[in-house]
Amino acid sequence: MTCSDPDTLSGLSWLLCYLTTGKHLSLYWSVGTVLLLLAITAPVSLAFGFGGAVAARSRLPILSWPGKAYIAIVRGVPDIAFFLFFVIALDQAFEYVRHKVICPDWDQPIRQGSDFVVCQAAKLPLSTAPQWVHEVYGFAIAVLTFAIVFGAFAANVLFGAMRAVPRAQVETAEAYGMTPGQTFRRVVVPQMWIYALPGLSNLWMILVKATPLLFLLGIEDIVFWARELGGPKTPRFTDYPHGDWRMWYFLALLVFYLGLTRVSELALGRLTRRLSRGQATMGGEAQRKGTAPA
Amino acid sequence: MSCWDTIGDYALRSLGIGERLLPRSDFTLCQQFTLIGSGLIWNVYFAVLALAAGFFLATAVAVGKASANPLVRKPSEWFIFVFRGSPLFIQFFFAYFAFLSLKNAAPALDALTSAWLGALIVLFLNTAAYSGEIFYGALMSVPKGDMEAADAYGFSGWKKFRKITWPTMLRLAWPAYTNEAIFLFHSTTLVFFSGFPAWQQRGDALYYANYFADKTFNPFVPYPILAAYFILLTLVIISLFGLANRRLNRHLPQTQRARLTFRPRLIR
Repeated sequence: MTCSDPDTLSGLSWLLCYLTTGKHLSLYWSVGTVLLLLAITAPVSLAFGFGGAVAARSRLPILSWPGKAYIAIVRGVPDIAFFLFFVIALDQAFEYVRHKVICPDWDQPIRQGSDFVVCQAAKLPLSTAPQWVHEVYGFAIAVLTFAIVFGAFAANVLFGAMRAVPRAQVETAEAYGMTPGQTFRRVVVPQMWIYALPGLSNLWMILVKATPLLFLLGIEDIVFWARELGGPKTPRFTDYPHGDWRMWYFLALLVFYLGLTRVSELALGRLTRRLSRGQATMGGEAQRKGTAPA
Repeated sequence: MSCWDTIGDYALRSLGIGERLLPRSDFTLCQQFTLIGSGLIWNVYFAVLALAAGFFLATAVAVGKASANPLVRKPSEWFIFVFRGSPLFIQFFFAYFAFLSLKNAAPALDALTSAWLGALIVLFLNTAAYSGEIFYGALMSVPKGDMEAADAYGFSGWKKFRKITWPTMLRLAWPAYTNEAIFLFHSTTLVFFSGFPAWQQRGDALYYANYFADKTFNPFVPYPILAAYFILLTLVIISLFGLANRRLNRHLPQTQRARLTFRPRLIR
């Protein structure tokens, strides 16, 4: 079977050839983009969240106020507003800083009416940069945006989890003469995960379901390709003419996400059982007695 | 032109009343406040109707999921799984294109492809699934003793559900349901970014905020305005649901009442 002459094909072989055209391969690649975004964003926002939580519980108001404000603001406003905001705001912030550093003798104002003007050398990415740099830069901004928004949620969860570690554990550590830093590192952090897990699992689900918003950040993701490929095609422009199939493409995306969340659910269930081991919680106690449900 | 003129021109712009053309240059703060506030009408419209209708379907789905009969339980479980397991954004796209094909088959169903009806249906089903899961969890934690007491008093069937089970379920579910309401309200901003067209530039608050950010290339004004509006309305939701919460808990001693806390966003 060859795909060189689609007019002669029919039925299943037509479909197989259709689904392996160059553009469809781009669609499959963009699934990789989604998974890459998840793989990078999850640890980065966990790090942001950890920083936020540590700052929020600090005794110094200088640290605890920004930490608490970070948690509070992001939660009160729709996340997609943040996505739309940060994409421009981060871009302008980077260019502004570069402009100040690279072109100190620039005398015109940066905001001129409805324009944002920085010197050529401060543009990000440089107008001379190849295409892939533009794509990587766009993706990096998207990852940073996701990390900032989800970092605030993670900070909220971790802040609660650090406080949920039984007081007796901390007091015991203090009685053994550990410094606050040692207590935090050796007692609070290792024990907090089981308390954080329900919240973090929930967060992971939200993150998975937020990935199609990449489309709004101008990334060529699965939503972009589904719209592109599903639209009606006439024989003049393609070897594989078809009607409006966007509905079926989005149905496929729907099934893809259902699979992704189902797999996550199962994996998180296993992780919960693993982390419950040896903990002073009901789940841990049930495992110790060997009565935990398999 | 004073700010009052601007309000007169644009306060109902999102419904198509007033000035036809959106401002194109020399954007004032007043214009941004008015238009974004005008768009808020749509967010409130979607949230109120979807929540009001979704509440009843959610109760039905929760009872269905708790049912012993697999013919009722399985569809309820699948309904919850499909709408909770996939992104709302994709649901909007799928529904829009599905409605579009439906319209081609039967032109009478034209209204489904416009946001006021099509998006409302998606939001309604979506919130019914999330609230259904919340209600199901609450239904499972209704105290056994309450049910036994109801039996002892001779309650049965519909009357037992209406007078005993349902109010207790609502009482237990209310804090989580408040979060769901806030989240749904925030989700209404997705409508005009997901296929459903904003006909004659009649959009929601985020649509206009995005319009201004695109035109002025300055995100630092419209988005904070939008955020202020949303935080304000979120507080309104919390106080309204707080009133309902007080009523649901009015028979309990003061110390046992479930307190509503401002913890939106973490339930999905």
